[in-house]
Amino acid sequence: MMKRIGLLTSDTKMMTVSIWREEENDGRFEDYEVPARENQTVLDVVAYVQQHIDPTLSYRFACRVGMCGSCAMMVNGAPRWTCRTHVSKVVTDERLEVGPLRNLPVIKDLATDMDPFFEKWVAAEAVFHPSATRDDPMAAITPDDPMRIAASEAIECINCAVCYAACDVVENNPDYFGPAALNRAWSLVNDSRDAGQDARLAAVGSNGGCHNCHSQQGCVQYCPNELNPTLSIAGLKRETTKAMFRWSR
Amino acid sequence: MIRPHRSHPLWVAFLLHRISGLGLALFLPVHFYMLSLAITAPERLDGLLRFTDLTIVKVAEFGLVFLLAVHLFGGLRLMALEFLPWSPHQKTMASMAVALAFMVSTSFFLKAI
Ligand code: HEM
Ligand code: SF4
Ligand code: SF4
Ligand code: FES
Repeated sequence: MMKRIGLLTSDTKMMTVSIWREEENDGRFEDYEVPARENQTVLDVVAYVQQHIDPTLSYRFACRVGMCGSCAMMVNGAPRWTCRTHVSKVVTDERLEVGPLRNLPVIKDLATDMDPFFEKWVAAEAVFHPSATRDDPMAAITPDDPMRIAASEAIECINCAVCYAACDVVENNPDYFGPAALNRAWSLVNDSRDAGQDARLAAVGSNGGCHNCHSQQGCVQYCPNELNPTLSIAGLKRETTKAMFRWSR
Repeated sequence: MIRPHRSHPLWVAFLLHRISGLGLALFLPVHFYMLSLAITAPERLDGLLRFTDLTIVKVAEFGLVFLLAVHLFGGLRLMALEFLPWSPHQKTMASMAVALAFMVSTSFFLKAI
């Protein structure tokens, strides 16, 4: 008779995955044997471990289709959205290692505390300040408006914090807002309906702001939605520099 | 080993910029001190300048010129990135900065030997 564990038969090809296990700041990688299926994502592998080997494994996901931005982890040392990262594309030397996202505190295992990430969005004034009320007519913005085009380039962010984990400046400067918050601030600098531009430029030009960026472009390299936070940050550097001359007059 | 999240060319360009910047910062005080000897102790300067005939010193000078040139061109690349409209050719420009620096420092070396 064939031995069955879950959905396995005895001839299922297996592979080893190392997963970071951490509780109360005591962490280490642990190895698990999982099926080596031809078509599986890193999230599938993590879910398999939790469902068939150790139900206490903690991790985060929701949509499984690259929309919600909750499943990001370090995969073989690089930040990835795990629900859309195929194992076959990232295994190196038959090795798969999954850890919690870099530059964020770990709550447990693969689940990080995202609060510092989102608090920095607020600190960077990456928040819309309306200039009109519901009684005013709708603002007319044409698709070929240059500001609208600039905003569109930065807008498809899913808040996954992959860029935040890729950035060495975030690692070395706890105050740095990071690529995602600054990228969002840039899309709002290009929103002609926004009424908070001076406060925003002051925020992105402050100590934690855009001038910390060394243009290493790790954020661009890894952003799963192919956004370009370095471009956005360069835009903020220009606008804050211009504002400095305006304000000193 | 360079950690995986850093293994892309523009991170290496950053590393080169920092190393060359720090190298220049270390070299410049020595350089200015040497120049000041022209006023304070010309004989000592002449003595020291004789060392520049040694091949090993010429190779070191090649290194210094390379550091200066790679920092100069790399710095211009970064300032263009920040202040000119975005170009999609970031990696090409970084490698051009290195190539130009190599050209400048090699022609210096060939003239020196
Ligand atoms: C020749 C013209 C020069 C240009 C165009 C230039 C340009 C730049 C730029 C744009 C940066 C910022 C890099 C970043 O954001 O990461 C920088 C950083 C730096 N520069 Fe220069 N620089 C020049 C000369 C020098 C000299 C002569 C020294 C040595 C005293 C020097 C030492 C540094 C250092 C130590 C840094 C910090 C490196 C870092 O943060 O990674 N630079 N330079
Ligand atoms: S370009 Fe700037 S924000 Fe992006 S990873 Fe590098 S330092 Fe961080
Ligand atoms: S900019 Fe890209 S990598 Fe950063 S949070 Fe948004 S989608 Fe994720
Ligand atoms: S689970 Fe939603 S983006 Fe991966």
